[in-house]
Amino acid sequence: MSLKDSNAAHAELVKKLDLRNKKSLFGDKFFKGLVIGASLYTLLMVALVLFSLSEGSIPIFVKEGFNFIIGTDWNAVEGRESFGALPYIIGTLVSSAIAMAIAVPISVGIAIFITEMIPKKLGTVLSFVVELLAAVPSIVYGLWALFVFRFWIRDFVEEPLHNSFGDYISIFAKAPFGLDVFTAGIVLAIMIIPIITAVSREVMKAIPHSQKEAAYALGATRWEMVKTAILPSSKTGLMGASFLGLGRAIGETMLVTLIIGNAIGLAAIPTSLFSQSQTLSSIIANEFNEAANDLHLSALIGLGLVLFIITIFINVAAIFIISRVSKSYSNVRE
Amino acid sequence: MSNISNNDKNKEKNYKSIIRETTAKNASKRKMKNNMITVLLASFVIIAVIPLSSILIEVFKNGAGAFSFNFLFLPPGSIGSGDGGIGPAIQGTLLVVGFATLIGAPVGVLAGVFLSEYSSSSRVFAYILRLFNDVLTGIPSIVIGIAGYITIVLTMGSFSILAGAFVLSVIMIPIIARVSEETLKLVPNTLREAAYGLGLPKWKVVWHIVIKGSKSGILTGIVLAISRIAGETAPLIMTILGTSLFFSSFNSPVDALPLRIWRLASQPYPSAHEQGWGAALLLILLVLSLSIALRMFAQKRSLTFKSTT
Repeated sequence: MSLKDSNAAHAELVKKLDLRNKKSLFGDKFFKGLVIGASLYTLLMVALVLFSLSEGSIPIFVKEGFNFIIGTDWNAVEGRESFGALPYIIGTLVSSAIAMAIAVPISVGIAIFITEMIPKKLGTVLSFVVELLAAVPSIVYGLWALFVFRFWIRDFVEEPLHNSFGDYISIFAKAPFGLDVFTAGIVLAIMIIPIITAVSREVMKAIPHSQKEAAYALGATRWEMVKTAILPSSKTGLMGASFLGLGRAIGETMLVTLIIGNAIGLAAIPTSLFSQSQTLSSIIANEFNEAANDLHLSALIGLGLVLFIITIFINVAAIFIISRVSKSYSNVRE
Repeated sequence: MSNISNNDKNKEKNYKSIIRETTAKNASKRKMKNNMITVLLASFVIIAVIPLSSILIEVFKNGAGAFSFNFLFLPPGSIGSGDGGIGPAIQGTLLVVGFATLIGAPVGVLAGVFLSEYSSSSRVFAYILRLFNDVLTGIPSIVIGIAGYITIVLTMGSFSILAGAFVLSVIMIPIIARVSEETLKLVPNTLREAAYGLGLPKWKVVWHIVIKGSKSGILTGIVLAISRIAGETAPLIMTILGTSLFFSSFNSPVDALPLRIWRLASQPYPSAHEQGWGAALLLILLVLSLSIALRMFAQKRSLTFKSTT
């Protein structure tokens, strides 16, 4: 092979490689563009939700102003329109508070039981069963609560409480009916237990073994080990888990719509545990398709905006708490 | 630094309190307390399992009787008659969920790829994306439904399958992105390095090695998201509305199983309630079989990852 030939071959090879390089460069750019595009789309969705809600609720804020938040009147009749969101904000907070009061201790207890107190295999099975609860669609919870569970609650919990304390303690005052803020809170609790349990388990699993061993070495019983070595260092993480559950409870719609009793206006502010009430999401679900006019629709969108802001606040708090926890754990490991 | 010393202090406090406990009280009392609390926590587990078993029992007991050829394939009859079935709801759920997956799955997976493979070059953007992803997960579905109503239903002028699919895809994306990121990160770095060593461009490494290598994990994320949106009701009220007719066009209302359950449960007739339980049985069979299959699948997957690394 002459020098000329080999030079030519070399040039050709370079050309080929170059071409391939260009092709792969294009491929790289194209793929990166695709990936970034998808990421931007995700960001865009959050912006879209925020923008459309704000835009849609302008008319109601123009008409009612701050009164929309603190007003208690809700009337969609033409010419007598008046919209105040306060009863539904209170209904949302009360039902979620009842849910949290029940769900947090039970979930943390289950998490402790599954991670520390029983053999690992049994723990896997149990946590699977609990997580199945999370897979049941909320409308099925609603159906079950409406046709089965509310009678249990009415007959075995509400009536005994009402009969023994109703005359003295005002939160047990109203004659129980089963469709009320208390039932809604309990079913919400059942719904969020799997979420809080799952996150709590993750938090507890991350605690270094040396801490548990130290407690056992000092002669602690299992519960004393949990109390002194696990609970203190997972406190923040458990709080983050609870916040996640709270965010879920506040936004839950269908089952609340079916069992909270759907009172309107002033009547929706619960005066006792057994009062009919209404939450932000349930009134939206109930009235959205029957909205009498644009202002009514705008008021419902405004409720959506309030709900959005409350849940964003809670979820972002949860995210920050949890990320702080994972940072402090990585410190411990170092 | 201060964090570590703080931790040490905490530990010391813990040890001290343990010593106090172990020495001060007598052993049998402490053991009894331990046992009592164990029993209490076990009863918590039972409390959590009762609703699940009750739901399953009631749904099977009340719903199984509704099943028939007519129930599965016919449109609903006149209200209160107990005739007809939930054909349009089944069809609608499959269509809406299918279209939602067509939009949501690619976007979610690609966002996950960005977070796992490209985030090192733009950390700020990755941080924002992760935060927004979490925010999106936390937005109540009914709020996403309102946004879908404003942006699609009002623009198109009609309730439609597209609006429903769009809204459900928005719920899917953050779930899929999160799971994809986690599984892509599980791919051992040595595989990536070997591929780069052979002179492959980055996109080929990502596509042929990383994504194909974690196909099953990504699929898990997609199925998880599907089982999540299959039961969504609230956002469908304001996007597909519900109807008793089969799918006819892209700009008319559609029906879906959860919506149908809601409508049936709100009627005062026992025959409607029975159909509602039947629809719930169908929905729960769909969702639970998906999540049980997922669980078995995921267990297998973690085994294969152990053997490859």
